[in-house]
Amino acid sequence: MLYQRTLIHTPFTIKDKIFDLDFMLLLSILILGIISMFAQYSSSGGQFDYHAKSHAIRFCIFFILFLAVSFVNIRFWNDYSLLIFIFLILLLVAVKFFGVQSQGSRRWINLFVFNLQPSELMKIGIILFLSNYYHKISSGDVNKFRYLLYPAIALLIPFMLVLTQPDLGTAILILISGVVITWLSGVRWKIFAYLSGLLIILAPVAISFLKPYQKSRILTFLNPDSDPLGAGYQIIQSKIAIGSGGLFGKGFLNGSQAYLNFLPEKHTDFIFTLYSEEFGFIGSALMVLLYFVITYRIILIGNTTRSIFGKLYCFGFATAFFIYVAVNMSMVLGLLPIVGAPLPILSYGGSSMLAMMFGLGIVMSCKVYKNNAIG
Amino acid sequence: MLSFHSSNIVSKTKTIGRRMFLLSSIKAVVLFGIFGRLAWLQINDSTKYRSLADKNRFRETKIAPPRGIIKDYFGNEIASNSKIYQLHIIPDNTPNINVFLVRLKSIIDLSNEKIFLLKKQIAKKKSWDTTVISDNLTWSEFSKINLFLHELQGAQPIVSVARFYKDSSSAHAIGYVSEISPRDLRTKKYLQNLNVESVAIGKTGLESTLDEEMLGSPGYLRYEVNAYGKKVKQVATNVGLKGKAFRTTLDQSIQNISAEALQDVSGAVCVMDIYNGDIISMVSSPNFNPNSFVHGVDKDEWKKLTEDRDKPMLNKAISGLYPPGSTIKTLTALSALENDIMNPRQLIDCKGYIDLHGERFHCWKKRGHGVLSMKTAIKRSCDVYFYEVSRKLGIDRLSKTAKKFGLGQKVLTTYAEEKAGTVPSTKWKLNQIGKNWYIGETLHSGIGQGYFLSTPLQLCLMTAQLANGGFKIKPRILVDDNNVANNLQKYLENKKANPNDPSTVDQQIFNFNLEPLFRNQENINFVKDAMFAASNEPGGTSYASRHTDKKFKFAGKTGSSQIKRFTPEQREAETKQKDITYLERDHAWFVAFAPVDNPQYAISVLVEHGGSGSSAAAPVAKKIIKKVIERHETRAAQTNQQTGQTI
Repeated sequence: MLYQRTLIHTPFTIKDKIFDLDFMLLLSILILGIISMFAQYSSSGGQFDYHAKSHAIRFCIFFILFLAVSFVNIRFWNDYSLLIFIFLILLLVAVKFFGVQSQGSRRWINLFVFNLQPSELMKIGIILFLSNYYHKISSGDVNKFRYLLYPAIALLIPFMLVLTQPDLGTAILILISGVVITWLSGVRWKIFAYLSGLLIILAPVAISFLKPYQKSRILTFLNPDSDPLGAGYQIIQSKIAIGSGGLFGKGFLNGSQAYLNFLPEKHTDFIFTLYSEEFGFIGSALMVLLYFVITYRIILIGNTTRSIFGKLYCFGFATAFFIYVAVNMSMVLGLLPIVGAPLPILSYGGSSMLAMMFGLGIVMSCKVYKNNAIG
Repeated sequence: MLSFHSSNIVSKTKTIGRRMFLLSSIKAVVLFGIFGRLAWLQINDSTKYRSLADKNRFRETKIAPPRGIIKDYFGNEIASNSKIYQLHIIPDNTPNINVFLVRLKSIIDLSNEKIFLLKKQIAKKKSWDTTVISDNLTWSEFSKINLFLHELQGAQPIVSVARFYKDSSSAHAIGYVSEISPRDLRTKKYLQNLNVESVAIGKTGLESTLDEEMLGSPGYLRYEVNAYGKKVKQVATNVGLKGKAFRTTLDQSIQNISAEALQDVSGAVCVMDIYNGDIISMVSSPNFNPNSFVHGVDKDEWKKLTEDRDKPMLNKAISGLYPPGSTIKTLTALSALENDIMNPRQLIDCKGYIDLHGERFHCWKKRGHGVLSMKTAIKRSCDVYFYEVSRKLGIDRLSKTAKKFGLGQKVLTTYAEEKAGTVPSTKWKLNQIGKNWYIGETLHSGIGQGYFLSTPLQLCLMTAQLANGGFKIKPRILVDDNNVANNLQKYLENKKANPNDPSTVDQQIFNFNLEPLFRNQENINFVKDAMFAASNEPGGTSYASRHTDKKFKFAGKTGSSQIKRFTPEQREAETKQKDITYLERDHAWFVAFAPVDNPQYAISVLVEHGGSGSSAAAPVAKKIIKKVIERHETRAAQTNQQTGQTI
């Protein structure tokens, strides 16, 4: 019982909680937030009113939310993860019926203040839910068919809901997050091998279901010069912008590609391109490093936290976070086809920012309550 | 319970930790991939992408540099550049284009048609592109627009330069410039890479021949544009290299006199320096105003010019072909003497006609000239005498002499529109017409009728080469960069410096590498004497137009080329030229050299349908010769000053 007492150590005062925060992670997030405001300021052509203002307001609000989530006991997030997951599924279903349609897809719910994109929140929801699930079942049951079926269905429901919005990029990211948690929790290699084999066999069928624009994106990725003014335009212009930035960049507010509108979607998916053009290789490398530091700190928190839920959540979130960054950067660097994948925190967009700050808040909660055992 | 729980946690933690390590390794690899790609794009390939980005953001508008100037021999600008006033508009800067045009109409003269065209033009372009509303405003219109500029939002008054011709006397020799036509783009290679908007290019004359050099190399305005092509700001200007300037051999003051002398008639005048071949004057009449082409000639004016009976657009001095008429008698006589066909003292009785093989050949003088020697025959321009000379001479020998003196080929290399004319021969007729030569045609050719066709410049060259003692010269209208004295001039200088040079003409010809056109220079001198007599002795055809002042005395030969032969009735009635239809009247010729003591210049005058050389052409020549000789000192001084120097 003495052992138990030390194990279940709960900070009692606010002061203790604050000192238990991971300041390195906190600082990295703050720096990224500040950089993101400058990047948005530049994306609006040097105007504060346009994107930068709302981005800054959102960042401030969500940063407070992040701190609030941090100070909530990790046990709470574990206990309510199923409920949160079901709530998000309901939101995705609601999108199907009441969603706001834009550019051929239905992804948003009109909340009057801003349009909420539940699929972005689902990226966190799935990690939360599966971490809780694998926390609950014993290590012996992990590979039993009955215990595999449940998470598989739980993963496929949001995946299909998002895929049919349609939003291929987010659906794939949700799927990957789920698979990563499943794998981390010890599911046999063999099962993944079978699934991969099945995927390869089904790939031609899946391709036939792709929308024409999605096919053309993949073809364009393979050969961007085939249609330089059409489908290949974005990737070509993005590469020109990044390449022309050179070692030191063109300087803040001096990115000609962005400023003269050659760069599409420069405030959302291509924000890194804009940043890279203005701050060059050195700035870009520092940015990549910053994202790496954040990922690294999250993994460290996962290592120190005691509970399986906490570990799975931190590792899963760290991996997902890293994948978001890697996919977005690879996309703008011409290493992957163009899929709608925002860069965490830097890209303009409320739902994405909300999901990231909320997710980071739970990570921080793992740190603050790292010694808490969860039943 | 607790032990189970903790062992479960331990095994799970182990699995998770192991697998996370693997994932982290993959992350590290991906991270390096991204770093590598960034370095590749931003360090290795950055030059390539920077140039691609610049290609995206910069657009260049080429601007025409000032066109090369054409000057006369004394440096007076014949074709220059002058300021012009234009009005441009950018529709984007105008609140309402219709209101704008209505307001503009109340300020300057704008026809409804023009407004309609402008609206169409504006609708076709992007709203941020410039449209030229008027490219040549008068100063008063321009200042009015500037006064009301606050009411004309979007209007841009622009001061630019364009070709300007001070007067029309050199309209043909210099030519004119106008807008590029699709045909020009096809046929002129140098225009295909030019790509300059609203540049005027040479269409005729020297403007056309020297166009490429006079255009210069265009400059540019470099703009930064956004992805939609809208100009954001101007980043660089390059004015380009202005076109090369040219100096001609023409004398503007003589051009004026020549144009004035031809004012009321249709014809041409050429004046040439007989030693260096400099063309001092070359005028065709009637002329046109070359300035009206610079901004595009209007339809009515073009129609008027092309349908005019007197063909104002034709440079008659080099492109007009006329039978040389009696002026050819100088060469017929020379050819006969050179070929030892005739003795100049041989007398022939002119009864007004001769009969040959049943055909009657008339002299222009119905009653005949009586008994004549060759000199008198030239002086009084007897046709019958030269029928006889040419009958003995034959067409082929005459043809050879005529070609030697420059007939039947282009005189200059600087005009695309120049015509070569015709010097007939038996071979020529067989090749061109496919028929044998008749002796009767020889008789007509001997007095410059029939197939003979020549330009005024050719006859001027012929006269010059007779006047300089029978030496070949190379006419020119452009002053070369190295304006050095030619062999003939050196020969003359030597002759002047050493009047008692013991060497013979042949030796001197050899020493100075001259090209003599004679076998015996005495024959040339004989023709010159005869021409002197024709102008300065009573009974000579141009005696009435002679200068009595010794300084201006000239020696010349008249000519009239028949358009339509007289019917026997007309001949019987002695119909005067002025009584027949204008278009059927003879062309009047006069060729001469002056001053007679020390010849310097040759002149040829053509008056279309002037009737006779002595009444229509010689008086014109008289006026011009006086001015040419008055200008001689000035010109000689200019030549001495410039010799051996670059212009």
